[in-house]
Amino acid sequence: MTDDTSRPARPDVLIIGGGWAGSIMAKELTEAGLNVTMLERGHDHSTAVEGTYPASIDELRGVARKRLFQKLSRTSLTIRNRPDQTALPYRQLAAFLPGEGVGGAGLHWSGCHFRATEDDLRLRSVTAERYGENFIPEDMHLQDYGVSYEELEPFFDKAEKVFGTSGEASSVRGQKTGKGNIFAPDRSDHFPLPPMADTFSASVFRAATTDTGYHPFSMPAANASQPYTNPYGCQMGPCNFCGYCSGYACYLYSKASPNVNILPALRRDRRFTLITEAQVLEIMLDDTRKKATGVRYVDLKTRSEKTLEADLVILSAFQLHNVHLMLVSGIGTPYNPVTRTGTIGRNFTYQTITSSRIWLPEDRFTNQFVGAGGAGVAIDDFNQPSFDRGKAGFIGGSPIWVNQSGLKPIAAAQSSGGKEAPRWGSTYKSAMIDQYRHSFAIDAHGSNMAYRDVYLDLDPTWTNAYGQPMLRMTFTWKDNDIRMNQHVVSHIGEIAQAMGATRTSLNSLQPGQSFDSRVYQTTHLNGGVIMGENPKTSALNRYLQSWDVPNLFVIGSSAFPQGMGYNPTGLVAALAYWSAHHIRRTYLRNPGPMVSA
Amino acid sequence: MSAPLSRRGFMGGAASLSSIPLLSHAAQAEPDSRPQKTPDASDPAQYRPTFFNQEEYLFLCHACERIFPQDENGPGAQALGVPRFIDRQMNTPYGFGDLWYMKPPFQEGPPELGYQLPYSPRDLYRGAITPINTHCLMVHDALFAVLPPEQQDAVLRDMESNRLRFNDIPGATFFEQLRTNTLEGAFSDPAYGGNHGMEGWKMMGFPGARADFMDWINQDGAPYPFGPIGMPPRPDPYSPAFQNDEES
Ligand SMILES: Cc1cc2nc3c(=O)[nH]c(=O)nc-3n(C[C@H](O)[C@H](O)[C@H](O)COP(=O)(O)OP(=O)(O)OC[C@H]3O[C@@H](n4cnc5c(N)ncnc54)[C@H](O)[C@@H]3O)c2cc1C
Ligand code: SF4
Repeated sequence: MTDDTSRPARPDVLIIGGGWAGSIMAKELTEAGLNVTMLERGHDHSTAVEGTYPASIDELRGVARKRLFQKLSRTSLTIRNRPDQTALPYRQLAAFLPGEGVGGAGLHWSGCHFRATEDDLRLRSVTAERYGENFIPEDMHLQDYGVSYEELEPFFDKAEKVFGTSGEASSVRGQKTGKGNIFAPDRSDHFPLPPMADTFSASVFRAATTDTGYHPFSMPAANASQPYTNPYGCQMGPCNFCGYCSGYACYLYSKASPNVNILPALRRDRRFTLITEAQVLEIMLDDTRKKATGVRYVDLKTRSEKTLEADLVILSAFQLHNVHLMLVSGIGTPYNPVTRTGTIGRNFTYQTITSSRIWLPEDRFTNQFVGAGGAGVAIDDFNQPSFDRGKAGFIGGSPIWVNQSGLKPIAAAQSSGGKEAPRWGSTYKSAMIDQYRHSFAIDAHGSNMAYRDVYLDLDPTWTNAYGQPMLRMTFTWKDNDIRMNQHVVSHIGEIAQAMGATRTSLNSLQPGQSFDSRVYQTTHLNGGVIMGENPKTSALNRYLQSWDVPNLFVIGSSAFPQGMGYNPTGLVAALAYWSAHHIRRTYLRNPGPMVSA
Repeated sequence: MSAPLSRRGFMGGAASLSSIPLLSHAAQAEPDSRPQKTPDASDPAQYRPTFFNQEEYLFLCHACERIFPQDENGPGAQALGVPRFIDRQMNTPYGFGDLWYMKPPFQEGPPELGYQLPYSPRDLYRGAITPINTHCLMVHDALFAVLPPEQQDAVLRDMESNRLRFNDIPGATFFEQLRTNTLEGAFSDPAYGGNHGMEGWKMMGFPGARADFMDWINQDGAPYPFGPIGMPPRPDPYSPAFQNDEES
C-alpha cells in the first residue's frame, strides 16, 4: 500500500467506500495491474485496534454507544412512511446501523452468508411463468436482475472461499450429499469449511423441524468453524462462539471482514492507496455528462476540499450512500413516483423480519449469551421455489431460523416486556430474567417487494454537515409482504409445540402496520440504483455499469431489484466479483458501454 | 424523614432535600450479610453527582429504583449504582447529544419516525425532572422521591403512556430515556459506574467478559456453570485518554 502522500498523482481507478464491495473491487482491479485509490470517510480499522479484547466486547461502548456505526452527527437521512407526510430526520440510530470506517458494516456484520437462488434473480419471470402476469400487483415493481444463477455461481463460490464460509452443501456438481439445504441450487464446490456447531437452541429447532417434516440445514456462516487461510493468504482462527459478531469487531479473526479477509493482502500491494477520513461529496462528470472524471471530497484531517481524477470510478459506499451520491452528483434521472419514470431511488426495499420467542421448561437453560453471528439452523420450506404462492396469495417468502448469535444483557433487558407485559418494575424484572435464561428467538427473515410509492430521493429541508441535502426515505410495509410474513409465522406455532415450548410468543407484521424507525430490524437495505435489462427501469446494466455514465460502476445491495428472503452480503460479494470479472475481461480492453441501451 | 415535603418546603430551597434518604425504606431494611469494612469508595451510596443537582439526583435515584426495583431477584437500580452511572454518562459525548443528528429544524411527527426534540440527554434530564417534581407537588403535595412507591409508579405509568408532558418534552420520550439509561446502568461493565459488584450480570446469569464458549456451544440445556468476570483493568472509561480513543 502506498500512503496518501506518495500515491501516484493520478490513479487509474477511484473506489468510494472501504467496505466489502469496495475492498473486493480494489483487490480485483489491482490484480488487473491498475493503480487503485480507495476513499473512505471513516477511520482505518483493524483487529489489532478496534478488535482488541476486552474493548471489543464492551456492550455499552459497542452497540449502546454505536462505536463502529455511522456518525449520525455528520450525516443521516430523513424518513417517512408515506409520500403525503413530511419526512423527519433519523436522529438516533435504531432500525438500521450502517457502518463507517475501513471495513464498513463488514466489520460489524453478523456473518450469515447466503447465495441467491435462480428464483431470487429471475423473480418477475418465474412469478409470471408460474402464476401468470396478473398475479403481480399493479403497483409492484417486480423485476429480474438480468443475471442468472449459473452465471453467478463461480462468483458465489469465490466469495465463499475468500470469506472462509462454514456450511454444508446439498448438491455439488450434481451429486447429492444427503445433507445441507435440499432446496439450495447446485454448486461447483463444497463450502471451504464444515458447518458451525449447533447451539442448544439450534439443535432443539433442528430436531423439531425434522419431526414436523421440514428440512432443516446449518446456516452458511462467514464465521470460521476451523482455522483457515483464504486464497489471498489471509488467515482466520476458529470461532469460539463468544457472541460478539453483530455490532462488534471479532477479536479472534474468526468472522470474515474486509479487514481480515482482503485488506491484509491489499495493504501489501504498491498499486493500492487508501485515503481515510475522505468524505466524497460528488462524482464529477465532464461536459457531456456521460463520463465521470473523478471525485470531489472533503479531507476531514485538514478540513479542506480536494479533487481526484481517474479513468474509472467505483461507487461502493453502501446502498443508502450509493443512492445519495448518484442523486447529488446528478447522474441518471431521479425516480418520480407519480409518473413512474426515472431510475435513481426506484425499487428501494428492505427486509421483513419478525422475531418470535419460545420458552423451555425451567430446568433447560438456553445460555443465550453463547452464539455466533452466522451460526444457526434454518428451514427454507417457505422460501423455496415450489412452495405454492398461488394458494397462499403473495409473492416472496421467508426462511425461518434459530440464529442464536449471542444476546447481551443490555439488549436483552431493553427488549423484554411490551405487548401487554410490563416493561419495568418487579414483574418485568422476573420475566426478563426468566426470558434470558430459558427462552430463545425464532425469526421469520423474509423478502420485501418493491412498490411504486416506496423510494428514495433528496430531502428538501435537512442537510448533512457538508451542506448537502440528505437522502429521504419513503418506506412502509405493504400488504403482500405483511401477508407473506403472517403466513410464514403461522407455521412457527406447530414447530414451537414440537420443541416442547412451555410458552410461545408469535410476532408477525400486522395489517396497516407502519415501518417503525425506532426498532432495530436489519441493515439489509436494497435498491435505489438497481441492475436490470432495461435502462427505463434500471440504473445499471447486468454488469452493474451505469447506463448513463459507462465508466462508473455502482456496487452493493443498491443493485437489488427487490429484497430476498436471505441476508444480502453473499449476493453483494458475488455481484462485485461478477462485475470485476467483466471489467477485467471486457471493459478494460474496450472501455465503453458493455450492453447497448 | 417522616412527613412528605410540602410544596412550601420545596420552594423553600434545596437544603430541605438533603434530609430525604437516598434509599427507600425497603432497600434500607435489607440486611447486608457482607462483613462491614471501612467506607468503600466504590459504594454507590457514597457517590456525589457532578452533573445532577441534589433535587435531580434524588429524583433519579427513586425513579430508577421503581423501574428496576430491589426484589427477590436481587438488587435494584440504586444498589447497582445506576444513578451514578447515569450521572457519569452525562459527561460523555453521548450525554451532550454528540451521537445524534441534531441539526434543525425540529418538528414533531408520528412516533414511528423517532426522536425529534432539540435536546441532548443532558437537556432531557434537566428539562424534565423539575417539572415532574412540580407535577407531583401539585397533584400529590410532595416531591416524587417521597411519594409512596405506588404513587411513584402511577406517575411513571402516566409518563410511559404519554399522559403527561413536561413543557415540550412528552412524558413517553423522557420515560424511554430513563428506562434505557437505567437498564444500561444495570447491565454495563462495572467500570462505567453501574452494575455494582457485577450483581446485574449475576442476576441475569450473564458471565460478563468471558467471551469464550468453545466448550459450551451445546450442553443440552445445562446452565452455564461460571459466574461473571469483569473486564480486565484498562483505562478509566471516563478519563480523557479513553475518550480521545473514541472516534469523534
Ligand atoms: C449489525 C449488522 C449485522 C449484519 N449482518 C449481516 C449478515 O449476517 N449477513 C449479511 O449478509 N449481511 C449482514 N449485514 C449487512 C452487511 O453488513 C452489508 O450488506 C455489507 O456490509 C455491505 O457492504 P458494502 O461494501 O456495500 O457497504 P459497507 O460495508 O457499509 O461499506 C461502505 C463504506 O463506504 C463508506 N462511505 C459511505 N459514504 C461515503 C462517502 N460519501 N465517502 C467516502 N466513504 C463513504 C462507509 O463509511 C463504509 O465504510 C449486517 C449489517 C449490520 C449493520
Ligand atoms: S462469535 Fe465467533 S466470529 Fe463472532 S465475534 Fe465471537 S469469535 Fe468472532
